[in-house]
Amino acid sequence: MTTPVPRLELLHVTKRYPTIVANDDVSLSVLPGEIHAVLGENGAGKSTLMKVIYGAVKADSGTMMLDGHEVSIANPAQARRLGIGMVFQHFSLFETLTVAENIALVLDEPFNLPALASRVKEVSEHYGLPLDPNRMVHSLSVGERQRVEIVRCLLQKPKLLILDEPTSVLTPQAVIKLFETLRQLASEGVSILYISHKLHEIQSLCDHATILRNGRVTGKAVPREETPASLARMMIGRELPVCEAPIYEGEHRPVLTVRGLSLLPTSQFGTELKDISLTVNTGEILGIAGISGNGQAELLSALSGEAATERDVIRLNGKSIGHLDAGERRAKGIVYVPEERLGRGAVPPLSLGHNALLTAHRQGMKNWGLVRYGKARIYADECVNRFDVRGADASTNARALSGGNLQKFIVGREIMLKPEVMIVAQPTWGVDVGASAVLRQALIDLSRTGVAILVVSEELEELFEIADRIAVLAQGRLSPARPRGELNAEKVGLQMAGLFDHAETTPAASMMETKHASA
Amino acid sequence: MHLLEPRPHPSRVMRWTAPLIAVVATLLAGSFLFWALGKPVLDSFQVFFVQPLESSYGWSELLIKACPLILIAQGLAVGFKARIYNIGAEGQLIVGALAGGGVAIAMEGSDAGWIVPAMVVAGAIGGALWGAIPALLKTRFNAEETLTTLMLSYVASLILSYMVNGPWRDPEGMNFPQSIMFSDGALFSILLEGSRVNTSIWITVFAVLAFWIFNAKSFLHFQIEVGGLAPAASHYAGFSAKQTVWFCLLTSGMTAGIAGVGEIAGPVGQLNLNISPGYGFAAIIVAYLGRLHALGIVLAGFLMALIYLGGEAAQVGLQMPAAITGIFQGMLLFFLLGSDVFIDNRLRRMA
Amino acid sequence: MIEHLIPILAGTLGAAVPLIFAGLGELVTERTGVINLGVEGMMLVGAIAGFAAAAETGHGAAIGLPAGALAGAATAMIFAFFALSLAANQAACGLALTIFGIGLSAFIGQHYISYSLPGLKPIAIPLLSDIPVLGPILFKQDWVVYLSFLAFAGVAWTLTKTRLGLLLKAIGESPESAHSIGYPVISIRFGAVAFGGAMAGIAGAYLSTVYTPLWVQNMSAGRGWIAVALVVFASWKPARLMLGAYLFGAVTILQFHAQGLGIMVPVQFLAALPYVATIVVLVIISRDRRVLQNNLPASLGKPFLP
Repeated sequence: MTTPVPRLELLHVTKRYPTIVANDDVSLSVLPGEIHAVLGENGAGKSTLMKVIYGAVKADSGTMMLDGHEVSIANPAQARRLGIGMVFQHFSLFETLTVAENIALVLDEPFNLPALASRVKEVSEHYGLPLDPNRMVHSLSVGERQRVEIVRCLLQKPKLLILDEPTSVLTPQAVIKLFETLRQLASEGVSILYISHKLHEIQSLCDHATILRNGRVTGKAVPREETPASLARMMIGRELPVCEAPIYEGEHRPVLTVRGLSLLPTSQFGTELKDISLTVNTGEILGIAGISGNGQAELLSALSGEAATERDVIRLNGKSIGHLDAGERRAKGIVYVPEERLGRGAVPPLSLGHNALLTAHRQGMKNWGLVRYGKARIYADECVNRFDVRGADASTNARALSGGNLQKFIVGREIMLKPEVMIVAQPTWGVDVGASAVLRQALIDLSRTGVAILVVSEELEELFEIADRIAVLAQGRLSPARPRGELNAEKVGLQMAGLFDHAETTPAASMMETKHASA
Repeated sequence: MHLLEPRPHPSRVMRWTAPLIAVVATLLAGSFLFWALGKPVLDSFQVFFVQPLESSYGWSELLIKACPLILIAQGLAVGFKARIYNIGAEGQLIVGALAGGGVAIAMEGSDAGWIVPAMVVAGAIGGALWGAIPALLKTRFNAEETLTTLMLSYVASLILSYMVNGPWRDPEGMNFPQSIMFSDGALFSILLEGSRVNTSIWITVFAVLAFWIFNAKSFLHFQIEVGGLAPAASHYAGFSAKQTVWFCLLTSGMTAGIAGVGEIAGPVGQLNLNISPGYGFAAIIVAYLGRLHALGIVLAGFLMALIYLGGEAAQVGLQMPAAITGIFQGMLLFFLLGSDVFIDNRLRRMA
Repeated sequence: MIEHLIPILAGTLGAAVPLIFAGLGELVTERTGVINLGVEGMMLVGAIAGFAAAAETGHGAAIGLPAGALAGAATAMIFAFFALSLAANQAACGLALTIFGIGLSAFIGQHYISYSLPGLKPIAIPLLSDIPVLGPILFKQDWVVYLSFLAFAGVAWTLTKTRLGLLLKAIGESPESAHSIGYPVISIRFGAVAFGGAMAGIAGAYLSTVYTPLWVQNMSAGRGWIAVALVVFASWKPARLMLGAYLFGAVTILQFHAQGLGIMVPVQFLAALPYVATIVVLVIISRDRRVLQNNLPASLGKPFLP
């Protein structure tokens, strides 16, 4: 018996950035046909490691072996020639080109679109990833776009396929399909590097796992032989924090109501909102589930006032507010934490003091058109202290903060405005586990003081942790909200998929009907 | 691999040394240019940058040229912060001069004390009107102000050409395209005997102070700045983008218009085709060179004025065309933009 | 009436040539997401370089145009270094290039103020030029006009039918994606900027060696800026750019025929027409933001550092 030669072997890879060591002496090895997980939370160094393998980033030291030969990969094109394919978390697709054109751009072969189109069809069907090669990418759903990325890799006959957090854009059912495809590939001898922070996925899919924390390898494991708790300990160094949601005992009354909201998309490839109705009550968190790109951005801008809507469609305590802009709505007690922290929720090159001024200027920070910066600084400092924003004060620039700390500042800044309604988009996107727990607990605590909160999130687990009721937004339509206890991931997933694809619409169609009946 | 990488924190040092680096680089490139043209480098520099400042008259001329540049740049800088690129200040200057000149021509022979103030007000309105057109086109029709302001400056100079060739041509001016020389009542009074320095400098002094306070303290300025740094954040906060467009274009039009009156009621003394040697364009560079800061602009304005004076001196002393001024201006802006990159970035360390 | 129209339409074709070359060049540059507002400057440098080369060698436009192209491309490289290698503000770099180009061309041009060149004779294409009306308009032109047809065909074909065209469009939409799949975005953009510079240089050289044919300071008189506006008007499509160029060619040529047509308006107002028309055209095309966005290269003007 000879031990098989690993498909990929990394030995002592180190990559330093000016402020951090992203990879510190990382070694791992993947056999042919193996599905290998790289597990770690946000900022653990997973993405940097993959970029090193794919040639997009050059390591400072360390060795990389491919099929037993030492290789030095200068750029992604060379990586592809060596048989390494990568599916990025942020797709590298061109929206204004067709599927076939997108694929043609990565292939080293004569330019012949019709021939390529038929090959795309063939390969995509073989692996259960149906695609129309002549569709424009901007007209595809996020899940379909991921298929384009995968098929694009497969056409180059890779020996090693890297997938970076592939399931964050998929419905639970689509995740199962993707896993089938990946197992089929592995059975054909392709090695797969699967990057994720989702423990149960890794347990159901992967043969081996390498766990990273702060750029270092903190464990190697066979995921099926571990428990989520033991994996989590390796990943974050302690138990997974859990939020506590006490029962709300105050009065229940609707605060924010939306009736029959329809809206044309504001951006070129946006989604149209169709006849959306919802109610958020005092003391509850309403969760809106669904994959981004299904009208999430449009719904949020309509609710926050960034997009103009009809006057009577949105009401606060019964009064029409649809015609008010974001500033006017904030003055009436509707605050908003956007998904984009840098550049929307905060101005990157300005200090936290100035960023407090951005939305809190009505809190006595102005005098005859002149700014009282002293007040803004006090506000920012109080926010930093109350919400545990680490390593910052009022004079720190927003862009110098980590994602989690900036999110704590923005959430804190809005909570300190003493809102009646709080709208939050992707509250913990890209935030480390510790800060996520703090943020979720802060939202729960705020709701229990009687504030009505609406959370839009792609992470189902997050919604099941904090939301009292959950509705699903898919293709610009919103399902009626149902209490969390009546739902599970599968049911919500069916609603997402059902609203996408009319072949399996039964559950969703009946949903829509009940909604119309009730409206 | 690219040669730059982002700095973890923007460099405060670079922010204020970038203009100095740009000036030094421009001087180096300038010496290369002189050398390539077969001119003695040191003597050329002497003529260009030192000679103009060897007499008190030279200093007074420096002041005369610096004032309009500083005034216009103050207005432009506010817009640049909001990323509203008014590059047609030259046209707003001309229309301001036409409006002010109209008052002077209508009141010919009178020496009433209100004529000059009325000219200033007319110039401010004229310039603001010329800035209002692109503001309207941008807010109402979404038309890029870069191109519209520039096109309007061509239109303005053709209107000026029409007026001094037609209705307002001096009947005794030997058919030259120029208006009558304004009477004393329509001119700023001379401040320093033996020079052309006049009371219009107080307008610039006042503007510098006003913009300094506005920039440092006002909430409106904060809104404008946010609009330029992060448009989405401005939208999120509920600040009005249209209000910013209007404010910036009206303000910069107004300062340019007043600067135009400063020229025709000052050193030029009439309307003709040469009322501005490109101050409206040079002020763009002055604004950037001065870091869009009210006081920085003052320093930058004097430097730019020196380049103008040097250009004139080079014409006489080195038999060079006045266009050398434009070459220096272009190089200065290039080097400034290039060094500005190093505020947020640094050279990548070679592995 | 037709006797009046033929010379106007024939003249329109010539007057449009500088806009076609400069516009097609800028169109290709902008397709890759780079906006170069230095067209006016590159045109002027091309104009003086072309004029100088033609005057010194005595070979006219045949040497003037290539010289203009080289000079235009060389000045474009200054822009490319600052705007691409250093990722400085593209709009401001373009402005710097224009200011620099105006100065440099005037500086060099001082020696050539009193020169004049013979210009080009029209070449009548056999048979085709005998077609009534259309013949004298389309087929009795100088060779640069014919070259402008070729330039259009070449650019249009490359952009729509080749992998290179696809790649340029892709880079213009998302340089980040193009970079992550392994394309040298900066180098390709350098190429596009150089092409834009060469085309602007040809446009300038046409003005100084064929159209006028004299050297006059600032002789492009805003045509570079109009070319930039035309690219917006054309929604980044070559065919619409041609349409726009001929429209502006006609407006430009009108002022020389106004008296013949009995239009009695001060000459300055006629001269202002192209600039006013530019504004009008911009307003019309920008009015509906969504229409404008349809073809706008998404990364246009945004700095990119890999």
